Amino acid sequence: MITPAQPLLSRVADAVYWMARYIERAENVARFLDVNHNLMLDLPGVFSSQWQPIINTTGDRALFAERYGEATQQNAVRFLAFDAEYPNSIHSCILAARENARSVRETISSEMWQQINTLYLMITEEARKAAPESLPEFCHEVRMGCHLFEGITHSTVSHNEAWHFISAGRRLERADKTTRILDVKYFILLPSVADVGTPFDDVQWAALLKSVSGFEMYRKKYGRIAPERIVEFLLLDGEFPRAVRYSIGQTDEALHSITGTPRGGFSCASEQRIGLLRSELDFARVEAILEGGLHEFFDALQTKMNTIDECIGNDFFARRAEGARVWV
Amino acid sequence: MRFSAYRTESFYDEMFQDDGTPRPHVRLLVDTIESLSDGHLLRYQRAAERLLLQMGITFNVYGDTAGTERIFPFDLIPRIISAGEWDLIERGLVQRIHALNAFIDDIYHDQKILKDGVIPADVILSAASYRKQCHGLNPPWRVWCHITGTDLVRDRDGCFYVLEDNLRVPSGVSYVLENREVLKRIFPAVFEGLSVRPVNEYPSRLLEMLESLSPGEQNPRVVLLTPGIYNSAYFEHSFLAQQMGVQLVEGRDLVVSGGDVFMRTTKGLERVHVIYRRVDDDFLDPEVFRADSMLGVPGLMAVYRAGRVALANAPGNGVADDKVIYAYVPDMIRYYDGEDAILPNVPTYLCWRDADRQYVLEHLAELVVKSANESGGYGMLVGPHSTRAAQEEFAVRIQANPRNYIAQPTLALSRAPTIVDDHFEGRHVDLRPYVLCGKEISVLPGGLTRVAMKKGSLVVNSSQGGGSKDTWVLAPGGQS
Repeated sequence: MITPAQPLLSRVADAVYWMARYIERAENVARFLDVNHNLMLDLPGVFSSQWQPIINTTGDRALFAERYGEATQQNAVRFLAFDAEYPNSIHSCILAARENARSVRETISSEMWQQINTLYLMITEEARKAAPESLPEFCHEVRMGCHLFEGITHSTVSHNEAWHFISAGRRLERADKTTRILDVKYFILLPSVADVGTPFDDVQWAALLKSVSGFEMYRKKYGRIAPERIVEFLLLDGEFPRAVRYSIGQTDEALHSITGTPRGGFSCASEQRIGLLRSELDFARVEAILEGGLHEFFDALQTKMNTIDECIGNDFFARRAEGARVWV
Repeated sequence: MRFSAYRTESFYDEMFQDDGTPRPHVRLLVDTIESLSDGHLLRYQRAAERLLLQMGITFNVYGDTAGTERIFPFDLIPRIISAGEWDLIERGLVQRIHALNAFIDDIYHDQKILKDGVIPADVILSAASYRKQCHGLNPPWRVWCHITGTDLVRDRDGCFYVLEDNLRVPSGVSYVLENREVLKRIFPAVFEGLSVRPVNEYPSRLLEMLESLSPGEQNPRVVLLTPGIYNSAYFEHSFLAQQMGVQLVEGRDLVVSGGDVFMRTTKGLERVHVIYRRVDDDFLDPEVFRADSMLGVPGLMAVYRAGRVALANAPGNGVADDKVIYAYVPDMIRYYDGEDAILPNVPTYLCWRDADRQYVLEHLAELVVKSANESGGYGMLVGPHSTRAAQEEFAVRIQANPRNYIAQPTLALSRAPTIVDDHFEGRHVDLRPYVLCGKEISVLPGGLTRVAMKKGSLVVNSSQGGGSKDTWVLAPGGQS
């Protein structure tokens, strides 16, 4: 006889899902900062302080203006990396991830807890300084810390229901953030017609690919740097782990593993919504997306992903209305 | 670092005899420590502290809003108990827990011990921890104290005394297990040549005991009920749940329906059979105890009374934890088992007795005064270390409510060498062994040695700046 799996508390499912989302969010904010900083270094002097656009992509422009005013590098880094009052800063994300982890410490492995705690100690230490000594180094450290957490998660807990919630949270967050990273390029460095296709433009696209660790994989697949192909790669690739389509596909798989519903069907709202989005991406053509406007496409995509998140909450965490959860 | 400058002064020292030579069972440990080259020990000490922080082995301090989490200070030098000493402790604890269970069961049934005049009925009925709601309850095997953390101390004579019984929701066992892990990882050499009894089987023993309480189900579901992440012992709750592989639940995860207790899962309600509750009686069920409790489960006690769920520890067992009732434990042992107590109590003056109160009021500067129902080092006066004003305040409090106060002579608690800056100094210690009681009684071979880190201080509680040491019980036949 096979011993049946332990049932999963709704509160615990909720907490591990958000723990994973927050870690992924922290990692991606570090990626934003890194790519923007990198791009600035390559730009000619007059353009070299474009930090406003990255603030815009977060959707928290008004909050930033109110608290900091001018979008200097120092302000942007303070805001996105260390601001404890800003719920999406790296600092706040790691804190929220840790609070969630703390509330389910018995469910996650000790190794996972130790890694999240190590990240927390690192970030609180860094937050005490006026600014990181080296921004790229700092971003790298956050990224590696989050990767390590992901790896530890993969290999120290059973791939059971809780793990699938972790996986769903991480993938959904990642899909959302990849669209925003692509947005950075579009928002900001909207290439003047004259620049398109110049070596300068290539440098920027390469930097963007590198920020999602996609440069090498892209090269292997497409060779030449071409904006449409890069959009295709990051949006519609079925194999690259940070591509939106891949991530949505994985979220879909995770939900099906949780419910036990066969692939291609659905048993609850979240499965239905994610299935729709998955097929949309499976059968999309990048040319059509570009024609309709990339930024508009991202907006619509982000709205759909938000709806999926709400459905997951209603379908599985149920007691959402009681305001019991640790999340921002 | 060497012990050559270490002085036992006039105290009983856990490691050294009065003439400055190591006790026979710690000689090897002393040699190992002294053989380290300069700076090593301090490096280990720092590594241990870093590891504890990284492992997030912290406790929450009430009323401290800034850094709410702190590590429990850990001293690298273990405290060693010989096999012979342990044998006495173990027998004494088994005897004591047996009598305490018999007593609590009696109090909530026939109250024979009161009728026979061994303990005045008033003392029981006026105890704040006496729960009339528990009358007539029949927990499995009539066991009420499933998990106990008895506090023992040694006086100047080297004898162990029971200071407190801690029957309700004793904490600290996770530090026993984690301290051992840390020491093994940081300073493995210190174990060489000694046969130290392992402590890591505790979670298995605990789980077996809890499962054995199940109301007749084949695959009992055990859960650990915590007040939540802001509780000072939350680390321990999650640690024990994790080590036992059981679910850690909060009150809001549980619901009573159709006469059973269930937990809310992603796939609906699942029945729960045994609850290891780390929530105080008062907060357990708002329908029976405090109505304003948000931590408990409405209707839980009715299910418990019907025998459809087991609770450990049994609600109501705190009646024997009252510091006044503590004074009668040797009488209980004699009454129920016809034996003399193996581990003596600390002599205790009960302020409700006129003669005792008179004596206490005249000797406040020498005694330790405790309120009957507080723990954690709160509500107490250490006479020799107190100000005139504090003594006067206690005199007023004692006279206003004599039932609520006891006094004991100030013990010269034993000391153990502890790392202070770059050398060893003697610090006062106590010992909290953990006792599990289901069908049988078993004592974890080890315990929590708490250290009063402040020079001269006698208060070892973590809430008052106390630290801890790994505690070794040596196997019989080994170095003892």
